[in-house]
Amino acid sequence: MLAALRLSLLTATLATAACLLLGVPLAWMLARVPFRGRRLVRALVTVPLVLPPVVGGVALLLVFGRRGLVGGWLDATFGFSLPFTTAGVVVAEAFVAMPFLVISVEGALRGADARYEEAAATLGASRWTAFRRVTLPLIGPGVAAGAVLCWARALGEFGATITFAGNFPGRTQTMPLAVYLALEQDLDAAIVLSLLLLVVSVAILAGLRDRWLGAT
Amino acid sequence: MSALDAHLVVRRDGFTLDAELRAAAGEVVALLGPNGAGKTTALRALAGLVALDDGHIELGGERIDGIAPEHRHIGVVFQDYLLFPHLSALENVAFGPRCRGVPRSRARAQAAELLARVGLAGQAGRKPRQLSGGQAQRVALVRALATGPRLLLLDEPLAALDARTRLDTRAHLRGHLAGHAGPTVLVTHDPLDAMMLADRLVILEHGRVVQTGDAATITSRPRTDYVARLVGLNLYRGRADGDLVRVAGDFTLTTAGPQHGDVFVAFPPAAVALYAARPEGSPRNTWPATVAAVLRHGDALRIELTGPITVAADVTPAAAVQLGLEPGRPVWASLKATEATSYPA
Repeated sequence: MLAALRLSLLTATLATAACLLLGVPLAWMLARVPFRGRRLVRALVTVPLVLPPVVGGVALLLVFGRRGLVGGWLDATFGFSLPFTTAGVVVAEAFVAMPFLVISVEGALRGADARYEEAAATLGASRWTAFRRVTLPLIGPGVAAGAVLCWARALGEFGATITFAGNFPGRTQTMPLAVYLALEQDLDAAIVLSLLLLVVSVAILAGLRDRWLGAT
Repeated sequence: MSALDAHLVVRRDGFTLDAELRAAAGEVVALLGPNGAGKTTALRALAGLVALDDGHIELGGERIDGIAPEHRHIGVVFQDYLLFPHLSALENVAFGPRCRGVPRSRARAQAAELLARVGLAGQAGRKPRQLSGGQAQRVALVRALATGPRLLLLDEPLAALDARTRLDTRAHLRGHLAGHAGPTVLVTHDPLDAMMLADRLVILEHGRVVQTGDAATITSRPRTDYVARLVGLNLYRGRADGDLVRVAGDFTLTTAGPQHGDVFVAFPPAAVALYAARPEGSPRNTWPATVAAVLRHGDALRIELTGPITVAADVTPAAAVQLGLEPGRPVWASLKATEATSYPA
């Protein structure tokens, strides 16, 4: 039980970190750099929102599976296989949760005045310095909101995880999977688990919201 | 210190900026022009925020138009200052030196000293939104100067201020610009700001330089309708033959000083006198006109007249009442030849 909860919290946090690492630069590109095919990229980013998570899991298997596009190469080169591992859980959750982060951050960037970056440039700031010291603090609340949404979505992830990472206790069995499994054997246990997940996530979300967003 | 020599060509859909701009070290040049003339575009091109389509920018003999804005060492005071809202006044000023590799503690000490010099020692810890307009303006100026820029650019530095603050800040700004060793380019649409702050004026219209000169030349010898309106003169273009200048059709004005060929004729509205009937005697320039509009202008009334030429005339309210001036009223206008100056076009 606790193992599943711990795994859920861990993978959701790691998935959020991965989304931040990839999603913030992606959102910056989408908001600030005009390039060909930007609309297509924006559409692709939001695909996981409309795709049934199970289909997402299948897609991930096709790419990262032992015979997949990237998976075959990973296996041949590093002898490393992503599916049915804890890392696989993180990838599945990040895949599904990424749009929440990218959309929030892109919106915040569009709302932030790009001329502050120009002012920073005239003061000698490189693009990276301007982003780190001016833009990022300005869009901080947007990034935080996106991260919270992203984390919440990752925590509740079920379909892509079970398809791509399976359901191995201690390794890939997250809370939602444990609840599903318990449902088939012991209804009371399933209810207890659901309540536990609910309480933990509400507690964390409430804490984050107050701290990051200064919500009233 | 470095001098600026620039030929700025920027093409936008339906608009071309094509302006030459020079400024000696320590000189303050004002770019003056109506809205949409390309003043801000010129400034952004100098700062490197807009790419040149043609031309060049040289600063101290070095080509800088291919260099990214962060490496140009140009200080910019933006129209609405663009102080970073999440940083205190002190951190805003220290930002530039920090980016140029000055250690944090020294950058902060430097910034504190600069702020103290403009009388903002007590406001150093405040965020921009806690500063008044005049204070924010000074912080923006100090921030731009903190890096020791080779060229200083100011975009409408006083436009965001109310009238009272404007007066104080203008005097302040004058002192600071005098202290800047490099050239300064100032963009404004306010002729008073331009004349008070700048050594030389460059008038920009429709993306082109139409006139340059010091304040005295610009105010006495405007060369376009925009400049004439700005400095409050009647301006006509015509062909001179001695004292006589043919300005429209058969209509000629007698002016002071003989000229030949294409000339401008300028005279102040106050030099035009109005009469109910054709005046007897001295003035050689008299013509019948019709009142088109009556406007308040300071203590006087400005009368817009149509006729062989459209003219603005200033009269006292008493005279206006006596003559019964209202739109449609026919009058006689007269102008002393000594008041009308002519100069080559």
